[in-house]
Amino acid sequence: MTEAGRMTPLYTEHVALGARMVDFAGWQMPVQYAGIIEEHNAVRSAVGIFDVSHMGEFRVFGFDARESLQRIITNDLDRISTLGSALYTVMCDEDGGIIDDLIVYHTGDLEYLIVANAANRQTDWDWITAHLPETVEIADESDRTALIAVQGPGALAVIGELAGEGWTPPDRFEIGEATLDSVPVLVARTGYTGEDGVEVFCHASQAAAIWRTLLSFPEVTPCGLGARDTLRLEMGYPLYGSDMDRGVDPVSAGLGWVAPKAKSGYIGAEAIARVRAEGPERKLVGLAVSEGVPRHGYPVLHGGEEVGKVASGTFSPTLGHGIATAYVPVALADPGTGLEVGIRRKVASAVVTKPPFVKTTSLSALKS
Amino acid sequence: MYPKELKYDREHEWVRLEGDVATIGISDFAQDQLGEVVYVDLPSVGEAVSTGESFGEVESVKSVSELFSPISGEIVEVNEALEDAPETVNEDCYNAGWMIKVKVEDAAEVEALMDADDYEAYIAEEA
Repeated sequence: MTEAGRMTPLYTEHVALGARMVDFAGWQMPVQYAGIIEEHNAVRSAVGIFDVSHMGEFRVFGFDARESLQRIITNDLDRISTLGSALYTVMCDEDGGIIDDLIVYHTGDLEYLIVANAANRQTDWDWITAHLPETVEIADESDRTALIAVQGPGALAVIGELAGEGWTPPDRFEIGEATLDSVPVLVARTGYTGEDGVEVFCHASQAAAIWRTLLSFPEVTPCGLGARDTLRLEMGYPLYGSDMDRGVDPVSAGLGWVAPKAKSGYIGAEAIARVRAEGPERKLVGLAVSEGVPRHGYPVLHGGEEVGKVASGTFSPTLGHGIATAYVPVALADPGTGLEVGIRRKVASAVVTKPPFVKTTSLSALKS
Repeated sequence: MYPKELKYDREHEWVRLEGDVATIGISDFAQDQLGEVVYVDLPSVGEAVSTGESFGEVESVKSVSELFSPISGEIVEVNEALEDAPETVNEDCYNAGWMIKVKVEDAAEVEALMDADDYEAYIAEEA
């Protein structure tokens, strides 16, 4: 797999829309079209669409698929025993280090669809194939699959209109079929923006047609990776490479919930149990920052002493100030704790804040 | 996009000299490259700036850029309105979006900067 300047099936659409293209994990991806804040607000108030075709899709199937995947992922596949349900999980090494975060969809009696981060596609493939028995088949469907995220309070109305009468949207964290503009697709009620919405899986050759059809709705705005990052961070959703990596276990990363205590026998289980028993040394927390924009790698201070580093940081368009995640000692991890962030030559005050930073969205309305 | 009466430096600042006071801001090219500006960090009145040295920072959602002074002198005014309305830099970079006013030591420094045509050619080459 060569990584230099790969293009998704929507590359020419982005260029035609005047997107500013950047290299992301070896892919040419749109960082923004009109502007990050405008795109961000479109998702919070109407509908935004994102090209996430660079993500990896692996189909795993066979009699032992369930049992084998149970050994590879931390979360419990029994939580998605119903066909069409989805599970957020991480996959760890023997030391409990996070290899990637994934979504696993239960797409058939003996079949699962795994969606992996673009940057980790090859690593994940190598790891999973090395740990699957010969009786389980795995297929890399990444190149022939396009993925378009349709997110925002108006997203379901747009998809519903395209799918036509008689179509019922899947429930939150479920996947189903639909025909959009005569194209058969899979529609998952998932996303990473904190808004209600779906992710549409289609054949790569159909992606441009669906993208254009979606854009024919006046309420739909094309959005780039810039807005995707501000949206996910407002919700406190972790990003692989910034908030977690091989050096961090799920408990420290605040992802203990995807490694249920009752489950054992998976790769990393002993290490994670040990962290639980001893208690993690540091934890990923949210920080609301008074002034300036905190960014990845900036020092986090307590009484002038460096106690950690910013994992993810950005300006929150919804709140109008800086927000961040950072690993800090457990003693400093309680919400309300006052810390500081070194923003180049200045020191800005920061308060530990339990995510989500933005509490009220179309998704939070759905959950309540 | 690049007013003829202004001078420009290679770091994409513009300078408007009136008497011995130079007003400094960032060019249309710079504000476009940055994207939506969310913070402008400026020095205080009375501080000295030196040619080529950083006098502040301008921050967009995705990136941060240092502001380099095209000239030397003493700061006589800063645009405090940018603290509450940093987006002015995007909306009106040559007028309301100005950043500092400097009492220049040597007017020849301003003369030596690029004019609009040279600056446009410089951008075309750089981009």
